[in-house]
Amino acid sequence: MPKLKSVEELRNLRAQVQKDLTARTETTTTITVGMGTCGISAGAREVMQAVLQELNAREIKAHVTTVGCIGMCSKEPLLDIQQGDEPRITYGNVTPKMVPRIIEEHVIHGRVVDDWVVGRIAMGQEE
Amino acid sequence: MAEQHRADVIVSCLHGRCPDLIPALQEEIERRGLTTEVEVVESGCRGLCAMGPVILLQPEGIFYTNVQPADVPELVEETLIKGRAVPRLTYKEPLTHKDVCYYEDIPFYNKQMRHVMHKCGMINPESIAEYIALDGYQALAKALTEMSPEEIIAEVKKSGLRGRGGAGFATGRKWESTRQAEGDVRYVVANGDEGDPGAFMNRSLMEGDPHAIIEGMVIGAYAIGAHEGFIYVRDEYPLAVRNLNMAIEQAREYGLLGEDILGTGFDFDIRIVRGAGAFVCGESSALMQSVEGKVGEPRPKHYHATERGLWDKPTALNNVETWANIPLIINNGADWFASVGTERSKGTKTFCLVGQIANTGLIEVPMGITLREIVYDIGGGIPGNGDFKAVQTGGPSGGCIPADQLDLPVDYDSLIEAGSMMGSGGMIVMDNHTCMVDIARYFLDFLKEESCGKCTPCREGIRRMLEILTRITQGEGEMADLDTLEALARTVQNASLCGLGKSAPNPVLSTLHYFRDEYVAHIEEKKCPAGVCKALIEYYIIAENCTGCGLCRRKCPQQAISGEKKEPHVIDLELCIKCGICHDVCKFDAVGVR
Repeated sequence: MPKLKSVEELRNLRAQVQKDLTARTETTTTITVGMGTCGISAGAREVMQAVLQELNAREIKAHVTTVGCIGMCSKEPLLDIQQGDEPRITYGNVTPKMVPRIIEEHVIHGRVVDDWVVGRIAMGQEE
Repeated sequence: MAEQHRADVIVSCLHGRCPDLIPALQEEIERRGLTTEVEVVESGCRGLCAMGPVILLQPEGIFYTNVQPADVPELVEETLIKGRAVPRLTYKEPLTHKDVCYYEDIPFYNKQMRHVMHKCGMINPESIAEYIALDGYQALAKALTEMSPEEIIAEVKKSGLRGRGGAGFATGRKWESTRQAEGDVRYVVANGDEGDPGAFMNRSLMEGDPHAIIEGMVIGAYAIGAHEGFIYVRDEYPLAVRNLNMAIEQAREYGLLGEDILGTGFDFDIRIVRGAGAFVCGESSALMQSVEGKVGEPRPKHYHATERGLWDKPTALNNVETWANIPLIINNGADWFASVGTERSKGTKTFCLVGQIANTGLIEVPMGITLREIVYDIGGGIPGNGDFKAVQTGGPSGGCIPADQLDLPVDYDSLIEAGSMMGSGGMIVMDNHTCMVDIARYFLDFLKEESCGKCTPCREGIRRMLEILTRITQGEGEMADLDTLEALARTVQNASLCGLGKSAPNPVLSTLHYFRDEYVAHIEEKKCPAGVCKALIEYYIIAENCTGCGLCRRKCPQQAISGEKKEPHVIDLELCIKCGICHDVCKFDAVGVR
């Protein structure tokens, strides 16, 4: 990445990365694991590994990303799934054992696993 | 011509899972004499395999999921004969399922106002691109190209932003004095040395949105004329250190730190200094000593850090949360910022909600929200069978606020009036199983370890207070101790140099003020009302509740419990070490504390 030399370049970069992000969420699934210290101590790393393993085993293309603490520490580990324009769904108290069902039902069949959902975020309103 | 039917029952998704469903339907329809009116049709997959078998009833279009043969009589009776849907079986649209609501409808979130934390948990902190996509570094661009340093300072002053580390000094004024101080080298410092037990909002911010802190610091450095900055993070926060380091490197790579930022000719860079975990190093002058590589001890404040701070140069030191507020103010304007909060406390504040509370977590609320709203609406109240007793704000040097003050607005001045303080934002909720004398003792024990020892009143005073409190919790206190405690507390408060000593007596003074009766109970009746202080309690079996199951007898590490099967047991108080295991394991509430 070359250095940004002007505000103009920063604004262009913003437009570019915004486009990239939209393209990514529209075309693939984004799986987000809360990996702040609270998440990690509750077992988020194991959950993320289970997600990666499951995606590999089933040869699913999805974007896996990590974020910091969103504040609902009592429900960590948190796992979010975002597909296209659908609301971003948050699963709480996720264990590695729950991952295959979430991937199977939500990512493959597009059906939210209601039993484990703790919340959803309408996209475009997070600001 | 095909036979005409009043209704079709279209069954799909059997997958051999329920071979009895169609025969059961046909049988029931025949039994009710509907064979000529209703036809059962088997159809292909409708794509809702996990909810199968599914049934579609036409022409009404009623859609049932997870239908089992046992449901058939009800289905036929209600829908085919009476024409009503069976709600139990109808399809619940997953995305509008009533049980699960949008974040903004969850009580935990809808009373919150997430400004500083709005990117935390939403963006990948390791990716500067995601930060930029959400308008990151736009405030920096605006500040560097459209605003003069004086205009930035004026904007921050107008916003009413006060230091988020807890003391609440006006940020704009601090910057102004630093800018006006004599000297050509100036520094900015971010305090990320969060040390309060139970507090983790700074950690979450540094981990979850490190670029917000960096952006705020660059803007501040431009405003006061600094070219070098430091972020002081405790080494117990390895992930925060890692994410901050990564963010700094990325910002340098993108030309947002370093020389000639965004082509404007402004130079500024940041270094991370890791603290070794001394609580006192969260105090500004001790922190700067530590950055310089000296022993972390506070110094007298006859001159301010804004004139002579780091290496005796003018220094603007702010909490990381304060820095993260700066981009918001520059982007949205001072008026936007000042529209939230109370007259003298503007904006939002993050708090860590911990202790006896249902929704443990990190919250951000507008200043002026009441403690009641935080504890009951956001926190979800007290779990289990406890009753709210007190909330402790401001960390170990804050105070305990009792139930009758729950409607107190949370802002800098109201909390100080109530004998506590804002602090950096720890909030520990306690229920009636918490002993206030023991809590005061716990915090003093923490402060005894953390006092740097430079001032005698703090070093010795805390120890003496701790000794008295320990005596009281052991049932050896006297009424005169309470006066001694108060006198000691006032001395430590008045004669200590830094904030640690000045605020150390707060836990004692506030509990003495609001919960004096508990102290008296410990001293005069030799009782601990909350059932916590081991020397003052005894466990006993409540005979009418005891089923004689023997669980406590087996679990007791001292073999102090005896009794025949199905007969009430007894505890031998001579052997009992008051570990409380019997109380915890009993399923019948048959072990009491008195």
